[in-house]
Amino acid sequence: MIDRDRGAPADAHAPTDADTSEESVDVAEARERRADDIIRRKQEERVRSAIQSELSTDDTGEERPRPEDPGPLRGAVIELERVSLAFDRPILEDVSFAAFPGETLVIVGESGTGKSTILKLILRLLQPDSGRVYVKGHDIAPLSFTEALDVRQQMGMVFQSAALFDSMTVFENVAYPLREHTDLSDDEIEARVKEKLEFVDLAPDEVMEKLPAELSGGMKKRVGVARGMANNAEIMLYDEPTSGLDPLTTGTITRLIMKLQRELNVTSIVVSHDIRSAFRMATHIALLADRSIRFFGTPEEMAASDDRYIRDFLGGF
Amino acid sequence: MPPLLDRLNDAAKRKLHSLQDYFVLAWNALRFIFARPFYGGDLVQQMDAIGVQSLGIVLLTGFFTGMVLALQSAVQLQTFGASMYMGRLVSASMIRELGPVLAGLMVAGRVGSGIAAQLGSMKVTEQIDALNTLGTDPIKKLVTPRVLASLIMLPTLTIINDFVGIVGGNLIAQFYLDVPTSLYWRTVWEQIASDGFLFRFIPNDFVQGLTKPFVFGGVIAVTACYFGLSTSGGTEGVGISTTRTVVTSSILILVLDYFLTQILLSLLVAP
Repeated sequence: MIDRDRGAPADAHAPTDADTSEESVDVAEARERRADDIIRRKQEERVRSAIQSELSTDDTGEERPRPEDPGPLRGAVIELERVSLAFDRPILEDVSFAAFPGETLVIVGESGTGKSTILKLILRLLQPDSGRVYVKGHDIAPLSFTEALDVRQQMGMVFQSAALFDSMTVFENVAYPLREHTDLSDDEIEARVKEKLEFVDLAPDEVMEKLPAELSGGMKKRVGVARGMANNAEIMLYDEPTSGLDPLTTGTITRLIMKLQRELNVTSIVVSHDIRSAFRMATHIALLADRSIRFFGTPEEMAASDDRYIRDFLGGF
Repeated sequence: MPPLLDRLNDAAKRKLHSLQDYFVLAWNALRFIFARPFYGGDLVQQMDAIGVQSLGIVLLTGFFTGMVLALQSAVQLQTFGASMYMGRLVSASMIRELGPVLAGLMVAGRVGSGIAAQLGSMKVTEQIDALNTLGTDPIKKLVTPRVLASLIMLPTLTIINDFVGIVGGNLIAQFYLDVPTSLYWRTVWEQIASDGFLFRFIPNDFVQGLTKPFVFGGVIAVTACYFGLSTSGGTEGVGISTTRTVVTSSILILVLDYFLTQILLSLLVAP
């Protein structure tokens, strides 16, 4: 029953006689409704499977076979399913969420709540203690180190510190993934690097030969984005993309993330504590508190929430 | 379990884990020498950084060590009227012991600290994570070229170190003991030939003198990469990793030198 409803076409309920702009608004709303439904249904599934697993333990304490694994959500690009992770102390407990094609999911939360850890789990730089991480419907846990490297190539990651290779020029940084993983000629690589630098609003001729140390914080972040998308990644991950930047540069980076979503239909997961930027760019916001997802929904739903913690978190915003 | 024993148990486990990580890193670094992709450019760059740029310091150390060795021995040899054996003494000391150990210690200080600082900085500025996310294995890209370059360059530096040391001894022999250069070099060769040959043409002194720097080279590079890649705690962590690298690799060089000498002597000196 659940499977049948999963991934129902978003436009199935869209009116056919509406004009184009109304239709696109309706489609967007329908897509959001669908995503919300899926997440809600997923949570119901979790409760149901928890009850079933309780019931499956008989009086003798012996465990009966568990119900069949629900598997990945159809159509989700990234999905975390009941993920828990602990180092010296628990970091994440029972975290579930999904991001669908073209969405920008912003994960917000206080510092030290494990937001960046989620990105490392998606990149398989870390493995969950329990639960699953699906990338395009594939569980990435059983992958070998080399296979994990292949999966990572489908994603572009922008680090908090930009993490540009400081011994290489801007050109070499952006060209790095192309040189490593493609057979493109030098001319093709140069053309691609220029294209990506222009996309992030940098003048290729001015910055290409510079070393990262010669760039401002905002420029480094933009070069980081260009490097992340050099391989035409379908998934972009951002770790605190606006931290440490002035308000104007923060706006530039936020617009850039929105541009990637709008023009290239890239699925983005953004970890941030900058709530103003989050509200501007997010299609969905996940609030991480006490090691688990406290809220998942649209920015409007978050703004309308009466939850005391959410109100405190949003502060005067 | 009492808390003290608990703590000791945890500490022992941590040490064992570190040791295991160290050997896994060493194994992977060596294994990747033969695995694609090859980072030839990085290898050449590291050979330059580790070998060519260490040349000055190695020349200086070798030259002055050879001279001071000859100077200290001159008085003793003169007492016994054995000045003509200066070449034997300097060459045996330099080739078997001082050349490899001094080159090793110099490279550990200069190159080991540099590698640890560079990799440590890359770690704390997320560049190692960036390599991983860009689909590159950091061990293949960063560790293997450094280990291989070190394995090649440290024996090379040692040969140079030995040679300039013997030249330094020659100067002292000539100007303090009036030992003619031709006699000095003849006794140098006599010493090399007197210890026998491996496969009838490789002097045993050379086998001993080149096995050691080969091992030391690997130890320095792996130790530096290990501490560099396990850096945490920002710039302070980089400093700690650098210090640990120099201390650990220097101690390992001196300890391994003893055991290698034991092993090589028992293997090379035929019963």
